Amino acid sequence: MAQKKFVVGCFDDEAVLFPAVKQVRTAGYKIKDVYTPFAVHGLDHALGMRETSLHTAGFIYGITGTTTAISAISWIFTKDWPLNIGGKPHFALPAWIPIIFELTVLFAAVGMVLTFCYLCQLAPGVKKHHFHKRATDDLFVMAIECTDKTNTDDLLALLKANGAVETDVQVAEEDWWFGTYDKEEKLAGQVSM
Amino acid sequence: MASIKEQFEIPGRLKTWAYSLIGVGGAVLLYGMFTKGFSSDEHEQVHFWGTLMYNTIFWTLICNAAMFFLSFSAMAQAAWMQSFRRIPEAISTLVPIFGGITLMVLLYIIFGHKHHIYHWLDTEAVANDPILKGKTGFLNPTFFVIWTTLTITLWSVFGYRMRQLSNQADVAPMDATTAKAFNIQSMVRSGFFLVWFGLTVASTIPWLWMMSIDAHWYSTMYSWYTFASTFVAGMALIALWVVYLKNKGYLELTNNEHLHDIAKFMFAFSIFWTYLWFSQYMLIWYANIPEETVYFKHRVQGPYKGIFFLNLIINFLAPLLILMKRSAKRNYTLVALMAVVIIFGHWIDFYQMVMGSLMKEHVELGLLDFGILAFFVGVMIFFVAKALASKPLIAKHHPFLKESIIHHT
Repeated sequence: MAQKKFVVGCFDDEAVLFPAVKQVRTAGYKIKDVYTPFAVHGLDHALGMRETSLHTAGFIYGITGTTTAISAISWIFTKDWPLNIGGKPHFALPAWIPIIFELTVLFAAVGMVLTFCYLCQLAPGVKKHHFHKRATDDLFVMAIECTDKTNTDDLLALLKANGAVETDVQVAEEDWWFGTYDKEEKLAGQVSM
Repeated sequence: MASIKEQFEIPGRLKTWAYSLIGVGGAVLLYGMFTKGFSSDEHEQVHFWGTLMYNTIFWTLICNAAMFFLSFSAMAQAAWMQSFRRIPEAISTLVPIFGGITLMVLLYIIFGHKHHIYHWLDTEAVANDPILKGKTGFLNPTFFVIWTTLTITLWSVFGYRMRQLSNQADVAPMDATTAKAFNIQSMVRSGFFLVWFGLTVASTIPWLWMMSIDAHWYSTMYSWYTFASTFVAGMALIALWVVYLKNKGYLELTNNEHLHDIAKFMFAFSIFWTYLWFSQYMLIWYANIPEETVYFKHRVQGPYKGIFFLNLIINFLAPLLILMKRSAKRNYTLVALMAVVIIFGHWIDFYQMVMGSLMKEHVELGLLDFGILAFFVGVMIFFVAKALASKPLIAKHHPFLKESIIHHT
């Protein structure tokens, strides 16, 4: 839970955003994130983010679901409570496939939703700083982390030169917090130039 | 676009391969035809004509799947596949050729009165059989011949019209009005193909050509099962040619983004095929009615057991596990390998669908099958290469081409 200084550049066009991301990164600045109104194809690559491990997690959840289903049903129907159902064998694999499939899907789906929320730090009541309100509407908002050595004027000039329509410097909470957006946060967030 | 290699030149090695496959395969085919096909022993006859039949039907249908791919893409106004659309076009030129072979084989079986293949051809047996009698409205030689001829002709005609339209994209740049008219025209022409495809491949044709071998038995899943089998193999064939041409330095505008989407089709339709396989199997297993289980008896518990489960492993487990990862679908080597596995797997599937019904007692998968397969592969390579070389590899004025170039998965 720490306050940090960010330089924020807002863009109104994807075609301008991509070269700008490249310029900022080659200049050596660290982009915290780019907030966009919609999913932008290829932006994760441009930002140099690593591939998400969500699919691997999903695969493991799915396999867990399959294993759970197979072991539970086979134990119940062959050991715990064998029943004669229409003269079928106790180990009636074809009849179980739909349930095995459903449980695989259920485990994978629920597990991935929860993992996704965890990775993105999403939960009821969790709050995060908004760098710009229009990030959910029509602006692509790039937040760049500042260090002690960052020259904010240079950076602002670089952003403007690369087509940012709005720029400012914000001191903001970098992580999430639990509670509300209070007055102090709003004030602290808007130390603009 | 100055540096684009538009003209495909057939490499010498490809020609050598095609000629030697046709040579070896043709020799086996002719040898089989004279020793088995025209022999007086019915078992030998069934062996040869059955083998030729499942090969020719399989290759006709997977080449037709290429035109199906083009047609549904045109109908959905899909753009991503435009950068390699000449490959499915080239594959679909084989429909009249393989379709012609299929037609000849089927007409020979009908007019040669081979009732050991189609039991319903035996008029005396049908007259004394209430079940077959009830099916005569559909299963009779007249309808079979007319419908088969009409089917193959219309696939060829509608496919030809789609390819002709595509040639317009080579001529001159299109303005907005021309491009719009072109797009509507391609949707109309693909519509004809798609409706006819639905009435044939997705319903009547697999019933007539293959399901009627077990004249008493029927399954409502059968046509979709056949369709899924041929469509996934057709996508695999397109993938193979894409990888081959990329290897030879062509198709500069096609990259692993496009390969990813082709491999997604291979992955998704392998699972769709399994879904139909399972739906057909499980319902019959559960109901356990003798007149239905007769189809599976010798396949699951008899001599075809090995092939039956091998089928499931190479057509379901292998694509599921190997093509699941994103990086696998973008890897040329792995996609090419899986394409070969899938085509072989569905060929085996067709083997057990046809030969499993014709020769229930023993599996004779051997020289004859692989020889005839080699013949068809050789013919396929020869004509696809010829068709690819006959026009530019890229439809450079196609209105959707730009969208395909910047395609991002």
